[in-house]
Order: sequence, then C-alpha cells, then structure tokens
Amino acid sequence: MRTLDFDVAVIGGGPAGMAAALAAQKAGAKTVILERDVRLGGILNQCIHQGFGLHYFGEEMTGPEYADKFRKKVEKKDITVMLECMVLSLDKNKTVTALSPEYGLCKINAGAIVLAMGCRERTAGAIALAGSRPAGIYTAGMAQKICNVDGYLVGKDVVILGSGDIGLIMARRMTTEGASVKLVLELMPYSSGLKRNIVQCLDDYGIPIKYSHTITRVEGYPRLTGLYYAPVGEDRKPILEQEEYIACDTLLLSVGLIPENDLLSGLDVEMSRVTQGAVVDEKRMTSFDGVFSCGNVLHVHDLVDNVSEEAEIAGNSAAEYALGKYADTAEYVNVTATDGVRYALPQRISKGEGKVRVFFRVGDVYRNCKLVAECGEEQILSKKFMVLAPGEMGSVELDKSRISGDVVVRLKK
Amino acid sequence: MKYDCIVIGGGVIGTAVLDRLATYSMRALLLEKEDDVASFTTRANSGIVHAGYDCEPNTLKARFNVRGNELMWQDVEDLDVPHLKCGSIVVARYNQLYQLEKLAHKAKDNGVLIQLIDRETILKMEPNISDEVVYALYAPSAGIVSPYQLCIAYADRAVTNGAKIKLDTEVIGIEKSEYGYKVTTTNGKFECRCVINCAGAHGADINDLAGAEHYETTFRRGDYFVIDNTERKNINTVIFPLPTEAGKGILVAPTADGNVIYGPTAVDSTSSDDTATSLASLDEIRRSVPGSYKSYAFNKCIRVYGGLRTLIGHDFVVKQSEILDDFIMAIGICSPGLTSAPAIAEYIEQMVVEKFGLIKKEKVVTVMRKHKRLENLSEKDLDKLIAKNQAWGRIVCRCEKITEAEIVAAIHSPLPATTVDAVKRRTRAGMGRCQGGFCGPKVMEIISRELNIPLNEVKKGGGAAIAQYKVKEVE
Amino acid sequence: MNTICIMCPMGCPLTVEQEGDEIKVAGNTCKRGDKYGRDEFTAPKRSITTLVNISGGGVASVKTSDSVPKERIFDVIAEIGKLVADENVKIGDRIAENLLGLGVDVLITGRK
Repeated sequence: MRTLDFDVAVIGGGPAGMAAALAAQKAGAKTVILERDVRLGGILNQCIHQGFGLHYFGEEMTGPEYADKFRKKVEKKDITVMLECMVLSLDKNKTVTALSPEYGLCKINAGAIVLAMGCRERTAGAIALAGSRPAGIYTAGMAQKICNVDGYLVGKDVVILGSGDIGLIMARRMTTEGASVKLVLELMPYSSGLKRNIVQCLDDYGIPIKYSHTITRVEGYPRLTGLYYAPVGEDRKPILEQEEYIACDTLLLSVGLIPENDLLSGLDVEMSRVTQGAVVDEKRMTSFDGVFSCGNVLHVHDLVDNVSEEAEIAGNSAAEYALGKYADTAEYVNVTATDGVRYALPQRISKGEGKVRVFFRVGDVYRNCKLVAECGEEQILSKKFMVLAPGEMGSVELDKSRISGDVVVRLKK
Repeated sequence: MKYDCIVIGGGVIGTAVLDRLATYSMRALLLEKEDDVASFTTRANSGIVHAGYDCEPNTLKARFNVRGNELMWQDVEDLDVPHLKCGSIVVARYNQLYQLEKLAHKAKDNGVLIQLIDRETILKMEPNISDEVVYALYAPSAGIVSPYQLCIAYADRAVTNGAKIKLDTEVIGIEKSEYGYKVTTTNGKFECRCVINCAGAHGADINDLAGAEHYETTFRRGDYFVIDNTERKNINTVIFPLPTEAGKGILVAPTADGNVIYGPTAVDSTSSDDTATSLASLDEIRRSVPGSYKSYAFNKCIRVYGGLRTLIGHDFVVKQSEILDDFIMAIGICSPGLTSAPAIAEYIEQMVVEKFGLIKKEKVVTVMRKHKRLENLSEKDLDKLIAKNQAWGRIVCRCEKITEAEIVAAIHSPLPATTVDAVKRRTRAGMGRCQGGFCGPKVMEIISRELNIPLNEVKKGGGAAIAQYKVKEVE
Repeated sequence: MNTICIMCPMGCPLTVEQEGDEIKVAGNTCKRGDKYGRDEFTAPKRSITTLVNISGGGVASVKTSDSVPKERIFDVIAEIGKLVADENVKIGDRIAENLLGLGVDVLITGRK
C-alpha cells in the first residue's frame, strides 16, 4: 500500500476544503486535498444560480464561478489534489485510509486533519414518508445535479416539501426550465430558507407556499401521480380530516441537511446534538487534538462566503498545529446557547486578547430582539436585531478581554 | 419457441424452481412481468429464515419451512448470498410463559430444535431486550438472508446453467395446445409442455387465466422501517413478539445488508398491488417496538417500505392441478414463503422429474463464483484489481462503499441489471443513508454508458425514467 | 410598497414610497438595496441563470451579464435555449451579445 506524508490532509475539496487547503499551504504546510468527485468544487458545481461571493470577493457570482475561482487558486499553489479519492477511515494516529483509481488503496499520514466533507440531504426515508415508492421523489439536490450538470428535468408537475434553500432554488430552476411547480409545503410556520429566496424563487413566479403543512402520503407506481397533504396541529402531526390531494409527477424534498460526519465514528470526537457536527474551539479544532472541522460538516451554513472564512481559520490552525506552532496553553471557556438560541459556535473560546466571532442560529422567528452574551452576571455583549429567523445564521463579535468565564448566549426581548 | 417448462413469476419461488429445472436436460423458461426478478413480494419482506416452530403441524407451511431451513443454509453458501444464521427469539412477559410453552409444543411436533430461556440467558444473547421481557423461545436454526439477492442468485445460476428468463413479459393468456400449452404474453407467444404457476400476488389470476382451480385470495400488507447500519451493532438475533392470528408480529431484526428493520404490521387489503405504507401502520410500529427492544432508533430511519402477503386459506397451495394436466401451482405463498422457497422448488422439481423422466445435465454449475466486493477484498487483491481496472478504485456509492467495478459487474451479470433499482438490489449502491441522493445520478450514468442508452432512458425500476426530459426540449 | 431586498443573502426588509417625484427607500443597509428598492418600485429586474446546449451534447450553465426586466425572464430563457455553445467553451466565455436588444450578454458560468 502506498503511504504518503503530509503536514495537513484536508478531507473534501468543496468550498471549505479548498479554502482550508489554501490557508494551510499559505501558513507553510505541505498540504493535500482528498476529493471524492472528479473535480474540485463540491456542490457549488451544481449551484448555477447567483448569490455567491458578495461578502468574500465583493462580487456576486454563480456557484461554479465561485468554485472555479478557488480551483484556480489551488492549482497555482503547491497543493496536492487527489481526485476521485474516497476516504474510507480515519484513525487515532491521524492516518487516513483512502481509495482512488490513481493511488489505489493508500494511507496518508498527516500532522493535522481538516474535515471538510460537507453535508447530505435528508431523504424520504429519513422522514418516513408514507405511501408508495415510485420514481419521481428525489432530494432537491439530486434533481439539481440532474438538471444543472446533466441537463435533464426529473419531471414537469412538481410539489416541493420543505422550504430549505435548495428546494426554493429548485422551484425557480424547474419553473424557468419549463416545469410547473404547483406547491411548496413547509411543516413549520416559517421558512427554513433565506427570505430572499422566498421572494425571488417563489413570489416572482407565483408559486404558493403553505406553512404548517405536511405530506400524509404519496401515490402512484411506477411513477408518482399525486400526493395527499394536510395542515399540522401544534404537535406538528397532520390533521387528517383536512387532507387534500394534488396531482404531480415529481416531489422534491428540501427537509434538512445533515453534516456528513460518518468518518468520525472511529475517533472519540465530542459532537453537538444540535449542529450534528463536532464541538470546536475558535480555531475550529475538535475535541480530538489535531483534527479540525469547517464548513457544512461542522454546521450547516447559508452562505458559502462564511464557509470560506471559517475554512481559512481551520486550515491556518491545522498548519500551525502540524508545524508545531500551536500554542495550546490557553485556558478555555465554554459557550452555550439558551432562551431561543439553538446553538452558538465555536462552543469553546480561549481566554486572552482580541476578538472572536460567534455564529448562532435561533429556533423560531423573533422580531425586534436582542442577542446578549453573558459571563455569569455580567453582560459582555448586546446586539439588536430587527428580525432573526431559523433559516438565517447570525453572528456577533465578542471582545475576548471581557470574557471572565463560561459564556451564555441568549435572546432578550 | 417451444419449451418443456414455463415458470410464471420471477419471485424467489419462481427463480428457485427455475434454478433446479436448469440442472436437467430440458428447455426451461421463466416469464416475469416486471423489469427484474425479485420485484414485488421478494424485495419487500423481512428476510428471515424461519426455524419453523410456529407453523401449524402437518401443514405444507410446516413441512416446507422446516425442510427449507435445512436447504437454505447450503444454498446461500453455494450462491454467495449475504446471510447470517443468527438465531431468533420470541420474547414474552411474566404472564405469557404459557404461550411460549404452546409454541414449544408445536416446535416439537414440527421437529424444530428450540430452547426456553430466562431473562439472564436472553440478556447474554441480546443485551438490548426490553425491560419487560422475562422469557424467550430461542430457535438457533433461524437466521437472516438477503431475499432479493437470494432470488437474483437463483436466477443467475439458472441462466448460467442454460435456463432462459424473459423480463417485461406479462402473461395474458394460457391455452391448451397440441404440444401442451400456448402461453400468450405482452412480449410474444411461447409453447410448453408444462406450466408452473409461481405468480405470487397474481397466482390465483394465472390459475383463472388457464382454467385451473379457482381460489379466493386475500392480501395483508406489512410496513417496515429500515434503520441505518450504525444501529446494527445493537442487535444480534431476530426478535419476535408472541405471534397472533394476524401473523408473527412486529419483529426487530438485523438484515443481511447490515441494517436493522422494524416491522411488519398486518393491514388487510383487497388489492394485489398494495405496497404503499400508511401513517397509521408506521405509527403502530413506533408503538410496538419498544415492547420488545429498547435500543430502538426511529430517528435513524433511512427508508420505510411495505410488502404484501398473499393468502389463500390458511396454507400454501403447492400441487399439480386436478383440472389441468401438467399445470403445477405454488401459490398463496405468504410467510414463511422465503424460507420455504428451496423446499418448494425441491418438491416441484421431483414432480416435474417424475412427470417427464428428466435426466441431469452432464455439466452443472452448483457453486457460483463469489461476487467480488470491495468490503471482502484483501489489500493485495484490491491492488491487483485496480492495476488491471481502475474502476475498482472508484467508489460510486459512498454510504455503502460500492465501487464502479461492482456496478459494472452487476450490469453484465448472467441476468443483467438494467435499472437503478436492479443495480441497487445486486450491489447495495443507493441503499445507504443518502438513499442514492449522491450516487443515483452516477449509477444512471454508468448504466447509460454500459447499455449505450441515453440518460433519459435509464429507468429507476418499474419502467419509469428518472431524468425524464432534456432541458431546452421541455414542452 | 414593502419588499425584501434580494441583492444579497441579508434579505433586508425594504419600504419603498413615492413622495412627489422622489422615490424613498428605507430599511436597506447598503447602496445596492437602495437601487434594488427603486428598481423594484419602477421597473423590477432580475438576473438570469440557466443552461445552454453544447454542440456534441451536454449543457453548460450561463448567466446574463446584467439583470433584465422581470417580465422578460421567459423570453430571455427561450432565446438562450436557441443558442448552442461550442464544445470547447469555458467559464467566462461570452456566447451572445445584446440579447433581444436588452443590452445584456450571455456568459458561460460552468460546465461538466
């Protein structure tokens, strides 16, 4: 078996992986990207819509363009890229076992690992969708791949369950390519996607969205012919007496993204039940020394720009760690979320000087509220928000010098 | 084209029969209306190899179950079908001991080895058994098998030994002819000397079509949850509740594919194609499982499915027709049909051999070459394979770690896989937690390339394409 | 008029009002939002992303170089549907100019 040695091994060559590798390489680390697809870019390659890069590059572009910009940067640097390379396992010595057509089964010994595997979509199975199991039911991302990369539509009469961003984007894509998107159903009383996607993907095309509704069963075989849906009560269970039918040949699911952390099963990494990613400190190091995490495998982001920024932190820190420059003498405090805040990340912050940006998500729609951070009795930060919604990640900057102990992040009216 | 025997139906009974007939000097043909074998009940059941303790003594069910269990463990070895002889337990609460004792009596009548065990012994076997469970009936000869892979393996071996299988071929007429029978299908006419009806949910319909004995059929649907393979480590055996009139009850079992299943329910149905799960039935499983198993993980569900039991009275109907000569039926095959398949096939084989005085072929393949699977390959063998063919280094299904080479092999197997579902049943690509969300388009591309068809002609299964319309050509 | 700005993922809630000849935008947090609010009030515009056929098979993704009147979205997509890009086309290539006289070009953004 071939064995390769690197300072930093980045698992995943999407936006997070590329940014992490660039940062690691810049910090002087011999770096490798292990990417399972035939090219770098990850899911960005199929996101042909606009909305990427405004914060990071100061220019709005499409997903493939954003990926291309990073890909070209990676190509210019001394970074090893292993394509079609599937990581099979990751062990306690930070040895990665991977398989690729070019390298065969190989081991990669790394001084530090950056996890950048992204996330996967929840499926019809994961939500135990009742009814038949015909062709025509796909995750929005799969339909997106078949449309934007392969050039085919999966159907013409479409219903979408869930209002995640990919679902909304696909509502517009399917419509503009000639399909009819009849209805979007969302279990919660609010959208789980960005507001602007409701406007430009649904409202612009007159596509109705029904909140607090879900599908009770799907019908048809071998192809989907229609489905029944109903409003849900307070308990989120469908009220079957109010079931309605709609004919359709396609059901796209946009019912949540799950960080793809299956590789971590062999390591003792502390995981967050809320984010379903690792618990990290501000340098994005997990509870396993030398293993870093960033992008959607850490927590699901709305904006790729944030992913790139986060990945740079992880990549740079991984290089420092691998090159023995990592000062880990600091004392850490825990950051926890409560009172309407679902999670705050990083979950651990070192005491010291400077600023640290804390990302958070709320559990409901809140208007005219304040996000506060407290250390014991002392309030160390308060920021007003006109509106906070579960579909939109927020962030605040904490002044480290004010952190005296564990930090609690909460909402106040 | 004239055949000696035509088997109608490519479920596990039909392919098991064909597999045995293929070893004789005769022309055997199997007709299947779907685009693959194992496309209905065989693909949607519990995948349990039952021990046979609960069948009413002196029934065909009891006879074929017990004999089928004996034959099964050899067949799965010869055919390289995923299986595990893990044993089963029927669990009971404090006041239910007498019900286990009743089962133990039946087991004795059926000649099945069982053991009544107490909680302490159960816990050694199955640490995650529910707290209320006090006794269990342990049957060491029970186990699990991949039902579709068993059916496909029978089909592959039958084809390897010279039998023919026609897919997408629905029987629409059976008439007596000078030769024997003329079988009219949606895909041509065939003549044969003997018809063997293994048509599953449509078994009674085929009888009617031919003018053989008429049977009233009833149907009972069962829904299941499939749980992520991360939960497989928490269970060792097949866990049954006490059986009821409706069936063996909602079990918790590992699958030969490495998952865990919860189910089936028992919902009476009038339709021969009712495999749609229902909210109420799925809820029943959610309520029931905690009674026998405490490590339940409905939040790790990756798939739900429904399967259909076809019932004719209380027993299987496996016999030569009393109305039509050379018309054999194996119908009303509900549980324990999968376990019984090799025994039913053996029984029908004997009938046919006696009828026609068949002689064995000189060369017959008994042990099929092992499927090369990434998970079973040594490092050295894998290196050799990749050196010859890079597709061995290319993982297509990331959840189940299935390589492109395995998928290509399935597409070119004796009974070729031509749909995404057919590839899934043979390789497990798309069977993991992402349910083909990532690998589906890649599998489509490979099928398109290997069969030289455009992407919009690649079917999911059941004849429906996934990539339906070319963009820019949508009306 | 109340609307949500779509110029960036912030999604600022905008209020646009006309006072005499003057259009006032409130709620925006940047200049782009101000322009979007005005446009949305007078003549809404959208950027378009879609696909284009490639000679020899397959598709490439494209975008319009600027936004087009909202009511012309489907015209623009139909027109782009008539284009066939060269098989050697790459990201950034301009494959059509002044589409439908709307003053926008069509640019390749990606391909398989």
